[in-house]
Amino acid sequence: MIVLAVLAILLPFVGAAAGLLGSRVPRSRTPARTARRRAAWFAVLPVAISAVAAVWLAARQAITGDHGAADTVAGTLAEIETGSVPISVGLQVGELSALIGVLVTVVALAVQVYSVGYMRDDPRYPSYSAFISLFTSAMLLVVYAGDLIVLYVGWEIMGLCSYLLIGHWWEDRANSRAAVKAFLVTRLGDVGFLFGIFTLGLSAGSFRIDDVLAADIPTSTLIAATMLLLAGVAGKSAQVPLHTWLPDAMAGPTPISALIHAATMVAAGIFVVARLYPVFLAAQPTLDVLGVIAAVGMLGAALSALAQDDLKRVLAYSTISQLAFMAAALAAGSDHAAIFHLVTHGAFKALLFLCAGVVIHYVGSNLMSHMGGLRTSLPVTFWAMTIGFAALAGLPPASGFFSKDAVIAAIEHSRSPAQLFLYGCALVTVGVTGAYSARAWLRTFFGSRRPVPPSDADDHGHGRAQHEERGRPAVPRSMLWPVVLLAVPALLLGFAGVREFDAESAAISVVIALLGAGVVYSLWRGSPAQDPARMLGPFRVPCERAFYLDTVYDRLVARPVLRLARGVVRTDDRVVDGAVRGSGRAAVGLSGLLRLAQNGNAQLYVTGVLAGVLLIAVGVVVLA
Amino acid sequence: MSWIPIAMLAVPLLGAAVLLLPRFAGRVPRGYGLAVSGVTLALAVAMAAVFDYGDTARMQFQTDVPWIPGLDLRFHLGVDGISLPLVVLTALLTFLCFVHLAGRPQSRPRALAFTLLVLETGMIGTFLALDLLLFFVFFEVVLVPMYFVIAVWGGPERRAAAVKFILYTLLGSAVLLLGLLVVWSQAGTLDMVALARGNGIARSTQILAFLAIGAGLAVKAPMWPLHTWLPDAHTEAPTVGSVLLAGVLLKMGTYGFARIAIPILPEGAATVAPWLGAFAVIGIIYGSLACLAQRDLKRMIAYSSVGHMGFVLLGFATLTPVGVNAALFGNVAHGLITGLLFFVAGAVKDRYGTADMARLGGGMLGRLPYIGSLLTFACVASLGLPGLAGFWGEMLALFGAFRPAAELSRPLFLTFMVIGGIGTVLTAAYFLLMLSRVTHGRPARDRGPAVDVTAYELAAWMPLVLLTLLFGLWPKALLAITTPAVQAILPGVGS
Repeated sequence: MIVLAVLAILLPFVGAAAGLLGSRVPRSRTPARTARRRAAWFAVLPVAISAVAAVWLAARQAITGDHGAADTVAGTLAEIETGSVPISVGLQVGELSALIGVLVTVVALAVQVYSVGYMRDDPRYPSYSAFISLFTSAMLLVVYAGDLIVLYVGWEIMGLCSYLLIGHWWEDRANSRAAVKAFLVTRLGDVGFLFGIFTLGLSAGSFRIDDVLAADIPTSTLIAATMLLLAGVAGKSAQVPLHTWLPDAMAGPTPISALIHAATMVAAGIFVVARLYPVFLAAQPTLDVLGVIAAVGMLGAALSALAQDDLKRVLAYSTISQLAFMAAALAAGSDHAAIFHLVTHGAFKALLFLCAGVVIHYVGSNLMSHMGGLRTSLPVTFWAMTIGFAALAGLPPASGFFSKDAVIAAIEHSRSPAQLFLYGCALVTVGVTGAYSARAWLRTFFGSRRPVPPSDADDHGHGRAQHEERGRPAVPRSMLWPVVLLAVPALLLGFAGVREFDAESAAISVVIALLGAGVVYSLWRGSPAQDPARMLGPFRVPCERAFYLDTVYDRLVARPVLRLARGVVRTDDRVVDGAVRGSGRAAVGLSGLLRLAQNGNAQLYVTGVLAGVLLIAVGVVVLA
Repeated sequence: MSWIPIAMLAVPLLGAAVLLLPRFAGRVPRGYGLAVSGVTLALAVAMAAVFDYGDTARMQFQTDVPWIPGLDLRFHLGVDGISLPLVVLTALLTFLCFVHLAGRPQSRPRALAFTLLVLETGMIGTFLALDLLLFFVFFEVVLVPMYFVIAVWGGPERRAAAVKFILYTLLGSAVLLLGLLVVWSQAGTLDMVALARGNGIARSTQILAFLAIGAGLAVKAPMWPLHTWLPDAHTEAPTVGSVLLAGVLLKMGTYGFARIAIPILPEGAATVAPWLGAFAVIGIIYGSLACLAQRDLKRMIAYSSVGHMGFVLLGFATLTPVGVNAALFGNVAHGLITGLLFFVAGAVKDRYGTADMARLGGGMLGRLPYIGSLLTFACVASLGLPGLAGFWGEMLALFGAFRPAAELSRPLFLTFMVIGGIGTVLTAAYFLLMLSRVTHGRPARDRGPAVDVTAYELAAWMPLVLLTLLFGLWPKALLAITTPAVQAILPGVGS
């Protein structure tokens, strides 16, 4: 059975290689259209087979799931001796991995199909789709890994794909900057993550996840290790204080935002904590820190989402906020609730992004102040997005209602010292989530159309301006199908967890969410042309700027490092190399001095000899 | 007595000697250098194929004949798991340099082919030698041809750079020679294999000898603060010079640590290791910061070598099998990746006429998509992305520092590890900023069309790309060769 997991990982990898190298062969005689069609096949087909394999693995888990741990599929290809703790190249598919594997492959498949239409006019579609395939492969490696180092390999390759895809439209310097920022911020967290892996691996004497979980490690070591792991989790899952890269990452194409920056990669941090959950449970202080991070992050991000004008940035901040919900569930001691919310969030957030992509494709702008009244012109998207927003706000019967209820119930029953703070923040966040969902929904689909000023159209330079000239573009069929398909799980997936339904906390959170939405609705009703975000009053600008954290980092980290770098170059030239050049000059100078004595004047030589004799004689007399 | 090592030295040397014949004056056959270095590469591959991988700790293909009997000097050659990868790497890089030259002929082709073949003899000899003085002789033989490569075929400031290169490294060699002589006088033999088995040199003498030998090797590696010859030499050297300088010459310094300094002087190593580690991590941070503010592409890659060699030296400083493994892995990976980087940077310089980043402008991915992509690949490999060769050396070096040898201070090395970790972030920062500056953005409008990658260039680069991928995806290919050999040179150190 492990062959299926191997196949699921390798096929997208091969697809990526084929797409990168094979789409344009032979170079001179392949027209762009052929290359694109070929690349589309290389992209869609492997991930479709991977999805079948992942579903098969998960189905097998579900059928044989009652036999306890025996149902885990595992296999080791080789042991690599390092001279210390060996690395075992192996995979292991348990219940959790099988479930997340399905999420990854299904969303990836939807995004690949959607991209065929979305990137229709993009000359670099082959590399774009190949990087998505590479990403899918790397993410599956993370999910199925049986060894921490193998997991880390996939973890970093995901980061690279994220970098390459955010910077897909590299002509624009802003996209390039966003890509670099995303890579560097996550890399900073990953250093901690790697050190955490070292700590666990050395204490357990093995990097295999099973051995690590089974090992008897002292609590202090566990706390250190999990705290270090948390740095990587915060970076990848965009949690405070390493979350600032995610909103900027929206510079990438919208399907990428759906796949990498909403449904899968950013959820990898949550997945890893859940995968190593016994280790984290044994280190309560780490879970408390995670709880505080989650509480601050969920509320701050939700407030930021409320003030954004860019539709994708609203969704980005809501992703940070929802990931913090999952982290909160983990901190509260319920990995089930966290994973439940992860899966439903994956479905409804991917749906929201794909719908946003349709809207942006149609309008030619990201800004909600250029949208409005799209309900009639985009009916399918309207209904799909309504489902998505309902799920995001946690309204029944959408999937998010059940999973958010599970999270809130978990927090309510937690015994963590941060429980009260966490619970309070979670409830307020539910209200704010209702508010920003309602705001985005109303401003996009209701009211009257607000025209796009000509200068703002085509802000990514990939051919939307032509649409403006030709009138409204038709939305391609390949973009609508994935939307419709994803709407089904976004609506119904919640019923999978209906057994653990907690009616009391559900009632509270629905009331609070409706309260938030109601306030926005009444404001909007008062004057539909104006932005309901004005209710934030003087806090609107700080919220919109995400509490100036970017500015702070720029002042405290980026600029000092660059100043230091310039200082090093100066030092290197003047001091380090200066000493070298100086010693060279000194040697030349010294030889010049010596040369003075060798001037060929016999009188001088004789005088020297006599002076020497005299000195020696005086010395002998004095010392004797 | 084995003929392969001797043939590997004889083929390039005879090849160079034949070029001196008067009939080659002015018109050297086009594929001559390619053929000679190709035969050498074939010999290296044959050696790797026949090599007994079941016992990589043993010296294989040994040749041991008296050389200068009066001084008890012996012509002793051989390979084990430590030197084999470097020998093959050297033969490969030299061959690829000739492939590159076939596509882009330089002035005075006969002299250049002669110089490079002599250089190859010296480089391969350094990695094969098992006698201390023989090692030293080959070590020195390398300097002279490299001086001429820089001084004759280099950029506008080539004279000064070449003089600085040769004086600085000769000074280092003098100190190295003193150290080797101390070992000889105390142990009474020059045979590396015998010396590594145990030599009874007193601890204080070991420290002295380690300091001298280490300083000599550190100039070559180069270790901070003895690195300032490197940026000038790299910036001025022609592409083939830069590739061999970064790909092979720097490795001779670090190879010396694995072959001579650590196995022969274990107590000296244990005493000096904390200092070595400290200089190594300073080099990592210092090199990365210097890269961050560089304006010249080739100079930036040169400083990046200071940072990468810092990881290699940190691996040695831990005195653990995993650390030394990391250093040897890092050596090979750096040779492949930085070789590729210099090839690509040279191609960029050929097309734009400058390597100054401000004057390169941006938009290379738009103007030269293949070269831009390969530059991106090489940079991503160099910043240590898992799945590519650069990662394993850095990761294992940090892991070695996480638990250094028992006689070293663990808190100190944990500090080194954290500093090294910050260094990896800075490394990513300067490479990505450079890529952002050079490959992204819109190309300047006034530039005409340029020729993207040529067939010769692809032929010279692809082996490096493929090996970077191979060792990145399957590190066992290299670790399986080095691990037993490393465990043999670090007796008494458990895993």
